[in-house]
Formats: sequence, structure tokens, C-alpha cells
Amino acid sequence: MARAVSTRRKSFNTAAAWSVAMLLFFPILWTILTSFKPEPQAVASPPVFLGFDWTWQNYIDVNQQRDYLRFFLNSVIIAVGSTLLGLVIAIPAAWSMAFVPGRRTKDLLMWMLSTKMMPAVGVLVPIYLIFKTLGLLDSRTGLVIVLTLMNLPIIVWMLYTYFKEIPGEILEAARMDGAGLKDEILYVLTPMAVPGIASTLLLNIILAWNEAFWTINLTVTDAAPLTKFITSFSSPQGLFYAKLSAASTMAIAPILILGWFSQKQLVRGLTFGAVK
Amino acid sequence: MGQITLKEVRKSFGEVDVIPGVDLRIEDGEFVVFVGPSGCGKSTLLRLIAGLEDTTSGRIEIDGQDATRLPPARRGLAMVFQSYALYPHMSVKKNIMFPLKMAGLDRDEAERRVANAARILNLTSYLDRRPGQLSGGQRQRVAIGRAIVREPAAFLFDEPLSNLEAALRVNMRQEISELHQNLQTTMIYVTHDQVEAMTMADKIVVLNAGRIEQVGSPLDLYRAPANTFVAGFIGSPKMNLITGPEAARHHAATIGVRPEHLEIVENGPWAGTVGLAEHLGSDTFLKVTVAGMEPLTIRVTGERQLRHGDRVTLAPQAGKIHRFDADGKAMA
Ligand SMILES: Nc1ncnc2c1ncn2[C@@H]1O[C@H](COP(=O)(O)OP(=O)(O)OP(=O)(O)O)[C@@H](O)[C@H]1O
Ligand SMILES: [Mg+2]
Repeated sequence: MARAVSTRRKSFNTAAAWSVAMLLFFPILWTILTSFKPEPQAVASPPVFLGFDWTWQNYIDVNQQRDYLRFFLNSVIIAVGSTLLGLVIAIPAAWSMAFVPGRRTKDLLMWMLSTKMMPAVGVLVPIYLIFKTLGLLDSRTGLVIVLTLMNLPIIVWMLYTYFKEIPGEILEAARMDGAGLKDEILYVLTPMAVPGIASTLLLNIILAWNEAFWTINLTVTDAAPLTKFITSFSSPQGLFYAKLSAASTMAIAPILILGWFSQKQLVRGLTFGAVK
Repeated sequence: MGQITLKEVRKSFGEVDVIPGVDLRIEDGEFVVFVGPSGCGKSTLLRLIAGLEDTTSGRIEIDGQDATRLPPARRGLAMVFQSYALYPHMSVKKNIMFPLKMAGLDRDEAERRVANAARILNLTSYLDRRPGQLSGGQRQRVAIGRAIVREPAAFLFDEPLSNLEAALRVNMRQEISELHQNLQTTMIYVTHDQVEAMTMADKIVVLNAGRIEQVGSPLDLYRAPANTFVAGFIGSPKMNLITGPEAARHHAATIGVRPEHLEIVENGPWAGTVGLAEHLGSDTFLKVTVAGMEPLTIRVTGERQLRHGDRVTLAPQAGKIHRFDADGKAMA
């Protein structure tokens, strides 16, 4: 859209965009700043912005008290595992919804989305009991399963929108060329949908990484990911804001870095393919 | 071999009967063209033969074998789509090789066939490009290349030239005809362009609202249209169809005379006034208004100078009047 926009208008827009961005980023910035403050200054009132005594002590303490690497590995396994498993299930599902829709396909999609509208805590007890019976509590397998289930509707929806953009005639051509269902998905659909699949993958890794409800409630120590790492510092014996902030910063750093390097893909992913 | 038989083939989408019942026999090596107005079911019929749509009822046989329930991949047919439907992520070479890869052909043989197809279609220097880097005509050639390497029992074309500009369309039309000459493989070609139909077909199938109106060679259809629909559809410009007292005088409900079979003569039976004149150079088409009749189109040679408002009298050539009954059926 080439529209003439005056310079004044442009600078106003830029300023507005920066303000909104700063507003959204401020909590993260504050967390990072707090993580470098000595504990008393972290809770000082009025708050100190930059003029505090910068220290690495919180990070040293946090690492002495907990094994960061173990939590980190659990997070990676759970986030990547549940996303990959979700994709394996969702690609054929989205394929059939996009290319051989039945009369109820639209309803099915809406229903899948509607499951996301229910608060997770509503099914905590049954899922907890099922996991207990199956011995899945505090296991990575259990968390991979539960996060796959939680994010599956979004994965299917995203893939469905991407697949919808692929002309059906190309898949029909593949069928005429002798491709079976598996070949069609493997050699034609998936390569064509790579950008969409990549966006879905990234977004879901982030969602799964940040997922706090199930990861906190279904783990104790063995499978505990970084979300648990953070909460373990908000202990009832007193709040240690600076240490909590240091833990939070360490927990979000990997995903921030991942997000930074994959910005372009992510924007495409978040706009559900609207930006070409 | 590519002999295809349709028996009572029906197709409905929900409530709508798109193909209410078609019987058709296509001989091995024939070039068959499906023509008809937009929405008459040409593509649907082709897709039924391809296996991309399931028949609602009826039977499709390929070389005498029942293929009604076979998936497209197992029918041994190749299709060229209007949109070309090339794989955008593969090079031209990979595109053409894809069906061979699916058939599990060994690499050397596949390479040989691709090279051969590329040579026939003048694609040799483009083999490493992506479809996005080709012109419309080149893409069409790749789509044809992808179809011929498999050596299918029959080729199915769905309006393959309609996205090309006029000059290229004439070229590709001749190339496809030549390809048919060389391969002698059955081809089924869908178009709504009756010039394509007349010039390419061994056999034309005229469809209207999902029904076959007539099957025959281009000249058969031109000389002896079975009904008013075919009479009006085949031939350009359209045959003049005349109803009313003039038709009754010939003991018919409708009579038809092609523009090229009407002549301007002195004291002809039909007197009228020249309206619009279209000069194509070689020919001129005149609209002539005759009292008590539908406006007539006539063809005269290009040099003939007639102007708006000139009075002329017309006569049909002897034996060139087609007679139709009240149902539109041709009368002997
Ligand atoms: N998937 C479908 N669902 C419902 N109706 C359909 C479907 N496909 C085709 N139709 C209908 O069937 C009829 C025939 O369509 P078809 O595409 O075969 O026409 P066509 O002769 O190829 O026309 P054109 O020359 O415009 O390509 C049309 O009325 C169309 O609306
Ligand atoms: Mg069509």
C-alpha cells in the first residue's frame, strides 16, 4: 500500500509506536534491572531506577541454590518435544481439514478453539488423577503430552490457515503424478508450507516454554522446567525480589534470544499468514 | 493403450445434479474435445475420468478395466491443469521427474526421459530454474513435460491455454496437435473455445448443462448439428436461427442458416437493411435487419463496400438450410 504520509505524521507514528513498545517492554526491563540490585534496594520505596549498586550476587546465589542447567534442559525437552509431537499430529489433521473438508469441518475447528476458552484449572483435578494413576506425575513424558494437548488447537488452526493458501490443484497434480497420501504430504505439501510450519513451530515453542500452569502443578523436581525454577524463588519464608528477578531473567533469556533471531518468521506466524 | 468408456456416469454435488448421466466411448489414440458453455460440467466430467472426483453412480472403464473406484494415481492418466499446477519449490527438472520418482523408476532411465521430454518441448536450457522464473508459455510446457514422461494411457487437459495471450495460444495449440501426431496417445481436451475444438479434435463432445448434446467430428457437427444448441454453439459467427412464419414456410419450428451460407443477391427472398458492419480484412460480417425475422448475420468478402442503412436482399445457398422441430431437434 503506497500511501503518501506526511513527515510529521510519520514521526508522530514512530513516537507512538516507540511509546507502546516501551510500555510493553518495561516490566521485562524492570525485572532485568532488579536482578542486578542488592536485595534491600530491590524493594526500596521510592524505587531506584539506575542509581543502585550493581551486583552479580543474585545470579551467583541463584546458581548456588539450584541447578539451572537441569531446569533449562527440562524446558527445552518439554517445549520442543510437545511442539514436534503436536506438529506430527496436526499436519495430517490440518491437511484433511483444508483439502478434504467435510460438512462439520468448520464446526470442528470452532470446537477445538473453544476448548482453549475453558480455564485450565477446570480440568486440573481429573488430569492430576489420571497422571497419578498412570505414573506420569513429575515426568517429562507427561508434560510433553499435556502441553501437546493444550497447544494442539492452536497448532491445527495455524497450519490450517497456511494450508488453505496452497492451491488445491497442486496437490491434485501430485495425485495425478502417482503420489500417495504420504508422498503428497511429504514431498509437496510440507515443503510448500515450510514458512508456515516454521512460524507455527517457533510460536508454539514459545508458548510451551512460557506455559506455567501445568508445568508448575504437575511437576515436583525431576521434570521441573524453568517456570518451576522461577516459582521456587518466591518462597513463603519471605520474598526475595532480586533473586526472583535474577531467576526470571535466566528463565526468559533463552526464549528472548530465540525470539530475537526469528523475528521475521514470528511476525508472519502471529499474523496467521496475513503478511506475505 | 488408452480406451475410455463412460457408462451412465452421474455426478451430483449435494442436491445439484451437475452431470445427470453421460455415456461416452473414447477410442485409443483419439483427440477428443469437450466443449460447452461455462458451468456446463466440462471440468467435472474430466475430473471424474481423472479420479479427482468420485462418481455418484455409473461406471468408468479404462482399457476395459473398471476404474470407477481407482484412485487417480492408479489410473495411468496424466493431467495438465489450467493453472499449470507446477510444484513451486522444485526445479523444472524435478517437476518433470516427479511422476517418475513416484513410479519408482531408476535414476538413469528417469534422467533419460526427462532429457528427452525437455528436448521435445524446448526446455533444455531451463531445467535448473524454478517455475516462478518462467513465462506462462514455458510453464505450460513444463506441465506438459511432466505429463508426457510417464507415458500415460491418456492425457487430460483442462483449458490448458486459456491463461496465455492470443499469439502464444495459437502456437501452443499447434504444438499440442503435433504432440498428438507424434505420440498417438489418447487426449481429452476441455475448452470453451470452439476454434480450439474445431482445429484440434478428432471428435468433439458438445456438453450443455451436464448432458451430451452431440458427439462427432468437427465437420459432422458443422454440417449436421443435431439440435439448435449445437447449431448455435459450433461455428463462428453463430448460425442464424430463424423462427416464425419463415420457418413455418419450410415446415419447421426453427430454421438455421450459417452466415457464410447467406448471399447478397438481386431480388432475393429476404429484403433487409444493413446495420452494424464488422471488417476483419479478409471477411466482413454484416448485421442485416429483415422485417418479421430475427436479425441476420452474413459473411461477405472483405472488399465488399456496404454501409449502414444500405438496402439489400438475401438468399440462402441451396441445400444449406437446417431445419429443427419444436423441441429443437434436427429434422431430416
Ligand atoms: N465442488 C463443487 N461443489 C458444488 N458445485 C460444484 C463443484 N464443482 C463444480 N460445481 C458446479 O458444477 C457445475 C459445473 O462445473 P464445471 O467446473 O464442471 O464447469 P465447466 O464446464 O468446467 O465451466 P468453465 O468453462 O467455467 O470451467 C457448475 O455449475 C459448478 O457450480
Ligand atoms: Mg472448467
